[in-house]
Amino acid sequence: MAARDEILAAVRRGAGPAVEHPGTAGLGVRFADPVVQFAEMARAVGSTCLRVPDLAAADQALRALPVSQQARRSVSLVPGVGASTFDPAAVAEPHALDGLDLAVFPAGLAVAENAAMWIDTRPFPHQALYVVAEHIAVVVRASTVVHDMHQAYERIRHGKGFALFLGGPSKTADIEQALVVGAHGARSCAVLLVEG
Amino acid sequence: MGHPESAALFLRDTERVHWHDQAIWFLRQKRDAAARTVPDWEALRERAEAIKAHALSRLGDYLEEFERNAVAHGAVVHWARDGEEHNRIVHGLLAERGVTRLVKSKSMLTEECGLNPYLEARGIEIADTDLGERIVQLNHQPPSHIVAPAIHMRREEVGALFHATLGSPEGLTDPTRLTEVARKDLRRHFLGAQAGLTGVNFGIAETGGVVVVTNEGNADMGTSLPPLHIASMGIEKVIPRAADLGVFLRLLARSAVGQPSSIYTSHFHGPRRGGELHIVVVDNGRSQLLGQPAHRRALACIRCGQCLNTCPVYRRSGGYSYTWLIPGPIGSVLAPARDPVSHRSLPFASTLCGSCTDVCPVRIDLHHQLYAWRGELARKGLIDPGKRLAMRLTSLVFRFTWLYALAGRLARLAQRLLPARFLARLSGGWTRQRELPVPPRESFRELYRRTRGRP
Repeated sequence: MAARDEILAAVRRGAGPAVEHPGTAGLGVRFADPVVQFAEMARAVGSTCLRVPDLAAADQALRALPVSQQARRSVSLVPGVGASTFDPAAVAEPHALDGLDLAVFPAGLAVAENAAMWIDTRPFPHQALYVVAEHIAVVVRASTVVHDMHQAYERIRHGKGFALFLGGPSKTADIEQALVVGAHGARSCAVLLVEG
Repeated sequence: MGHPESAALFLRDTERVHWHDQAIWFLRQKRDAAARTVPDWEALRERAEAIKAHALSRLGDYLEEFERNAVAHGAVVHWARDGEEHNRIVHGLLAERGVTRLVKSKSMLTEECGLNPYLEARGIEIADTDLGERIVQLNHQPPSHIVAPAIHMRREEVGALFHATLGSPEGLTDPTRLTEVARKDLRRHFLGAQAGLTGVNFGIAETGGVVVVTNEGNADMGTSLPPLHIASMGIEKVIPRAADLGVFLRLLARSAVGQPSSIYTSHFHGPRRGGELHIVVVDNGRSQLLGQPAHRRALACIRCGQCLNTCPVYRRSGGYSYTWLIPGPIGSVLAPARDPVSHRSLPFASTLCGSCTDVCPVRIDLHHQLYAWRGELARKGLIDPGKRLAMRLTSLVFRFTWLYALAGRLARLAQRLLPARFLARLSGGWTRQRELPVPPRESFRELYRRTRGRP
């Protein structure tokens, strides 16, 4: 407690006169067609983006992908799209998910300006699914695509639990700036963009 | 050794200096391309600056609000006045749970606190998991850049290092294959760790959440496998509202690496099911900096590293030439506030060209601050006597017209009459890589008087 009070006292002593919060109004970008923009950005950041009319078509599109065909162990958290080869809820420790070939999960919303997808992991049987899997497929409803990050944060409700903006497959450029896809997380990311 | 002496060593290998300069300039170019796609870029920068100014002006309230909300989600908040207290708290948490293996994602704060050596001395095995940080850890070096820690190393050197330390095949130089070697090795560490430690990019007062940003997913691996997550956060990281993230995140990845978004922007609100989240809030000199009106703006930094990339001095002297672990303009502004004696050479490691100020996503007036520090160091008597004498003489000469005219005449005369080698010695570093210019026969004043009559 001593440290807390000392720090807070020092901070209050040091801070200058109060400055107003400027708000975030008036910022942002608008696209003619945010869904088209999102799909383009998703491809630009290294994801495979497939536009499909409905969940059945999403399932077909996913099954046609090599990562899906080669997957021996997979988990799907989207009913009707892909399949689980085992029950992830029956796995006690997330460590047992190491070696998972494919994880399929839904996005709550997606952002046209930067291809970021909001993933709420609270319904996941294990939080680690989105990052421990070798490959991932994200199901995005076209109706949930917003123009920019300001719009996204207007819609998100933060509660207890873990959620993230996921921008595509895991990346690094730490060796001589050479871009390498598949650093620690997913080696590839398929975005299944479902109309309606 | 100050910056000029270390930089002189770095500059011996001309070819390498050129490579380093180009590699880092590439990051600046990527940032420019990304920034140009954002129509409201300058408005965003202004807004980011204003939000940070607001947050810092009410930091005490926001820290309390952050703590209250974080605790409501089940996180435990600890407070550390300095690096030593931070390290003690972290070690205590690990020791209580019998943790011997820790995975860490990038955190300049823990570098600042000297956490790794502190824990290693107490028997805890640490794996830095950001690829660049892992490389420099294996090489027993600190990061040379705050975003790209191993940017000073070439692929051949990384290959040799991995061969020696991770047993990869000899002569491996392909970045994709080298990354694969590190991925396999670090996966083992992630699976074996009993705790994960991350830095914090943003703490949200309104929601009590912490946001951690990576491209590799190492923070995510380190927090979703082991049951204990420790997040080390500087007090200046707190922002008022979640909506403010819209502003900062649109700037951060584009400024740092030229990407429209980071790959993993992870929002932690409380621990995960069956896990623990401990947030260590660290002051370590920040409240003191907040109390300096001329310098408090430096606390707005979101650590994108772009002021390093654009700095002609950083690019040509490398991260290890600086006496502080955060190199480049922002480090040279932060370091003297901590210890003006040790870091007195840093405010001079700049041409004051202002490029750092122009690219800063939160509009910190970096080159003005560097200039202000020079004055403060002079007033503290921390300027090298030669430089001080030169400044005094220059000041004197500029104050009297007659003295200025006389000095010019003497200089022109000296250049004609004295041997070149003697002049080179007089002119200090200026003649190291160039000749003195041929002196004009007359001064501008003489020329003017001759052609236009008396001024």
